[in-house]
Amino acid sequence: MSAAESSASTVLASDHAKTSDFEAREFGFWLYLMSDAIIFALLFATYVVMSQNIAAGPGGKMLFSLPHTMGETFLLLCSSLTFGFATLASMARQKGRVILWLIVTIALGIGFVAMELSEFSGMIAAGATPQVSGFLSAFFTLVGTHGLHFSFGMLGILVMMGQILTKGLTPPVLSRLYRLGLFWHFLDIVWIAIFSVVYLPGVL
Amino acid sequence: MLGKLTIDALPLYSWVAMSGAAVTILGGLAAFILVTYLRAWRSLWTQWLTSLDHKRIGIMYIVLALVMLVRGFVDAIMMRAQQAFSLNSEGYLPPEHFEQIFSSHGTIMIFFMAMPFLTGLINIVVPQQIGARDVAFPFLNSVSFWLTAAGAGLVLISLVIGKFSQAGWTGYPPYSGIAYSPGVGVDYWIWALLVSGIGTTLTGINFIVTILKKRAPGMKLMRMPLFTWTTLCVSILMTFSFPALTVVGVLLGLDRYVGMHFFTNGDGGNMMSFANLLWIWGHPEVYILILPAFGIYSEVVSTFSGKRLFGYESLVYATAAIAILSFTVWLHHFFTMGSSANVNAFFGIATMVIAVPTGVKVFDWLFTMYRGRIVFHPSMYWTMGFMVTFVIGGMTGVMLALPPADYLMHNSTFLVAHFHNMLIPGALFGYFAGLNYWFPKAFGFTLNEKWGNRAFWLWISGFYLAFMPLYILGFMGMSRRMEHYNVPEWQPFLMVAALGAVLVLLGIVCIGVQLLVSVRDRKTAMDITGDPWNGRTLEWATASPPAPYNFAVIPQVEDIDAFADMKIRGVADLRPTQYEDIHMPKNSAIGILLGGMAFALGFAMVWHIWWLAMACLAGALLLLIIRSSNDDNEFTITAGEVEAIEIQRRYTTHKIATDRPMTTSGLPDGQTMQGRF
Amino acid sequence: MRLFQKLPCFLCLALLTGCSLDKAPILNPKGPVARAQLDLLLTATGVMLIVVIPVFIMAFLFAWRYRASGGKGRYSPDWSYSVGLDAVLWLVPTAIIVMLGYLVWTSTHRLDPYRTLTGTQAAIEVQVVAQDWKWLFIYPEYGIASVNEIAFPSNRPLSLRITSDTVMNSFMIPALGGQIYAMAGMTSRLNLIADNPGRFAGRNTMYSGDGFSDQHFVAQALSDEDFAAWTARVRQSQRSLDAAAYQALAKPSVAHAVEYYSGFEPGLFEMILAKYAARPKHSATISGQ
Repeated sequence: MSAAESSASTVLASDHAKTSDFEAREFGFWLYLMSDAIIFALLFATYVVMSQNIAAGPGGKMLFSLPHTMGETFLLLCSSLTFGFATLASMARQKGRVILWLIVTIALGIGFVAMELSEFSGMIAAGATPQVSGFLSAFFTLVGTHGLHFSFGMLGILVMMGQILTKGLTPPVLSRLYRLGLFWHFLDIVWIAIFSVVYLPGVL
Repeated sequence: MLGKLTIDALPLYSWVAMSGAAVTILGGLAAFILVTYLRAWRSLWTQWLTSLDHKRIGIMYIVLALVMLVRGFVDAIMMRAQQAFSLNSEGYLPPEHFEQIFSSHGTIMIFFMAMPFLTGLINIVVPQQIGARDVAFPFLNSVSFWLTAAGAGLVLISLVIGKFSQAGWTGYPPYSGIAYSPGVGVDYWIWALLVSGIGTTLTGINFIVTILKKRAPGMKLMRMPLFTWTTLCVSILMTFSFPALTVVGVLLGLDRYVGMHFFTNGDGGNMMSFANLLWIWGHPEVYILILPAFGIYSEVVSTFSGKRLFGYESLVYATAAIAILSFTVWLHHFFTMGSSANVNAFFGIATMVIAVPTGVKVFDWLFTMYRGRIVFHPSMYWTMGFMVTFVIGGMTGVMLALPPADYLMHNSTFLVAHFHNMLIPGALFGYFAGLNYWFPKAFGFTLNEKWGNRAFWLWISGFYLAFMPLYILGFMGMSRRMEHYNVPEWQPFLMVAALGAVLVLLGIVCIGVQLLVSVRDRKTAMDITGDPWNGRTLEWATASPPAPYNFAVIPQVEDIDAFADMKIRGVADLRPTQYEDIHMPKNSAIGILLGGMAFALGFAMVWHIWWLAMACLAGALLLLIIRSSNDDNEFTITAGEVEAIEIQRRYTTHKIATDRPMTTSGLPDGQTMQGRF
Repeated sequence: MRLFQKLPCFLCLALLTGCSLDKAPILNPKGPVARAQLDLLLTATGVMLIVVIPVFIMAFLFAWRYRASGGKGRYSPDWSYSVGLDAVLWLVPTAIIVMLGYLVWTSTHRLDPYRTLTGTQAAIEVQVVAQDWKWLFIYPEYGIASVNEIAFPSNRPLSLRITSDTVMNSFMIPALGGQIYAMAGMTSRLNLIADNPGRFAGRNTMYSGDGFSDQHFVAQALSDEDFAAWTARVRQSQRSLDAAAYQALAKPSVAHAVEYYSGFEPGLFEMILAKYAARPKHSATISGQ
């Protein structure tokens, strides 16, 4: 934020309104994240309620592979780190490095989504489809909702890369990049919760 | 190509359904012809549909609400007519039609009448009340409105193409699941709720930021007008409770579309989760509907008593307490699900605790009237009608909060009477009070008081006639949602209730006449001062209707009743020494386009037209990307233009003021004002 | 407290003379459970009147006294707070709610529908199954079953185990006491007792589809002799509710006539529950939490 402050001091007074405008957007985005967190909280609650309702289907112990999940987690945490590097580079106004780190982030993200899809398709091939039991419905919905958010996040990164290349690191672009970063880290936290609520108790 | 959609979807199966469809189509056609006849398409598009001005969006919300009020009321009077005569007979409505009607009545009244009404009033008033030029996110505001309109559109079109849900407005599974409701009705219900629910979440976020970030200098939190306070609380409730509705709608949709087992009978489904998730949203929703009305009552009672609000801090704390407690009582909607006595007792007590801040509020309003100078404007009638009637609903609410008593009254017409008793006087009367109170602010002329009073008396007597019998029928063992019955003792009460519905119908007609008469007589009812009621809060400091920017110069706030205080200090009418350029949001067609896509998406999903659904999703994403890449979305009103507008306003005010002696309609002629107003 | 219980009764009577309320089952309870629940309702109403009546009086009095067109009341536009009044406004409702809260806690435990009632004789257990759109009653003790008619000896408590073989239903006999949901795969319990022999209406109160309006049944509390005669009559039925007959019965039907079965498939109730089991082997008796 120090960069934003120093830049604020150099802009004209009439642009002060703009700065507070960005602050409002960031605050609004925090509120959106909190409301999204409620969606996840309720999906977690639903999962916990249904986690034993396996009907005639398999339970978590038969389905989850901890090493696979550890791999996903590793990719995700790395992508959060690289997004952090992109943010740092943006504060230093290093356009090229921002783009570079965003590309690395996307690559890691693609790896994560690919691993998740391979897990899902493996389960479905083994007959553990979401239609089998309440437990599997809740599992696919919770993890899938995270995956869907994550994919939208990657789309967002692509859009941001386009904006940075065409517009440069202007204040509105920086503000958007900052908010996308919040979203990305938020999904990381959600994943940690998924890891601890879904996968760990599932295999233990 | 068209999924499940075939010619059979047209309502050719019954004359009642066909007339409903015909009225819907003719209504749309009439609106189309009227706009074409007036050659108003261009101005409608540029000044309204694509406008990001909070006042115009607010007005569009209220127009939507009034249209849907009529639609929802038609359902109501049809139900009353059916039950009045269906003793040991089928009446004129077969069960599957009656079921659609009670389902759409509840859905429409809550989601597409009450929600747009309160959101519209909030939109028009709150930015002005806090001394702001617009909301924090004007574009998001437009998107919210068009998503709400898209949801309403889905409910309306279900009358013409296919059927609406028969699972009641709460859509409890397993009945609403695919096994028991294989038709498209529940899907219409789900998509209408999802689409409009997302709009509401965004409205909540928008107004939290607006109120917390855009207040005029000097307006500390404890100087905010009560309506702004209730809006803040309501926005918080919207932001944090509507996600539960989204979740419950999506999960039910997954059950229905993909064959999952969240709420199904068997295979590990758990229907009790639905009840919990639905009411985790649903109980805060009750306060989303009621709290804005509480805010309106606070403003109205203070203005028309010519007095400061009694116990401002108490009212603020009571509002906040109600908002927080509203998240802790959801289980009282299903005491009869077999929870343990400890759980039921906990939620019963939590429910009763809400009665404390609510009671405090009622008494605070009464003591605002005490030692006042009460002017019986229609807004004040609605407010007083509310106070007297609402406490009856509060009393029956406390009765239902006792779990063992609830075992007796649950699912009965007593319950129906109770929640109508909360929502009609508690919420709708407040919106009507707000309509009468703020109409001149939005349009520049006051509403006809004679027709306003007639509407009030018809509504309130209609309300008592329609719902007191339902309380009694609850004691007589009548369940809700009965298409016919075999107990002769019930019929007289149902006939009285139907009579009550007729009175309410006349009340609605009076509101229509009031609007027409007021438009006809607008020249003699102009609000030239911008302050027709001797108001106390900042929205009365602007012109009526306000300039696009509301305030040429952002006011400095020194008191709770900011404008009353400015009038006393003699600074209300001071001309600023200089004006400055004002930046306002440009119009955007993306809001209405997104709404259109949401509507088409919902329609496509209802009928399994997958290609259209995909196209709509892709289109919506593309629109969002386009919008998010647009950094040139404001235009400037120069200082010179602002000055010209302001001088014109002062000139008009002065000219008319010298042409005829100015009376403040808030006070009778000759009455002098005294003290700090 | 007694006065508060009577006051709303008088008010109701005054308001509703001439109405046919003598037949309103909830106001004329025929068993101790319903009576206790009604008493609670009336007590709460009485206590709430402490708040409601002042609101009525003040609303009309203030409106009259402080009307702008000639009201006699003094006008003091700045009067907006009084510590004493504020305290009263918060403390009186709080006191009322503390009182009612105590009532909620004790009464909810006392009148828990799962609690078995102690009568002079052991309870009679009846298994209840909600179907589209009728009620099946199974008497494990007597080996018989009936549709849309439940009978029991009036001097024995009635202990019901309730489930559903269709959507969510709610079982209620208004004259005897409150209701409980019937949900597939789950058993909920309801315990009732009648004062005297009598014939009462019962129904599903939870909307469940097209036949919902007609989904009512007859509940008969009988003297010992009459109950013996009733069971004998049911036993004489030619029909038995074996698995095939149950399948046929479970199909949706509207306004189903009363039926008697002289026998039923052993473990029928448990089989109906097991159809909707949430997990294998685990018995499906999740008491509706």
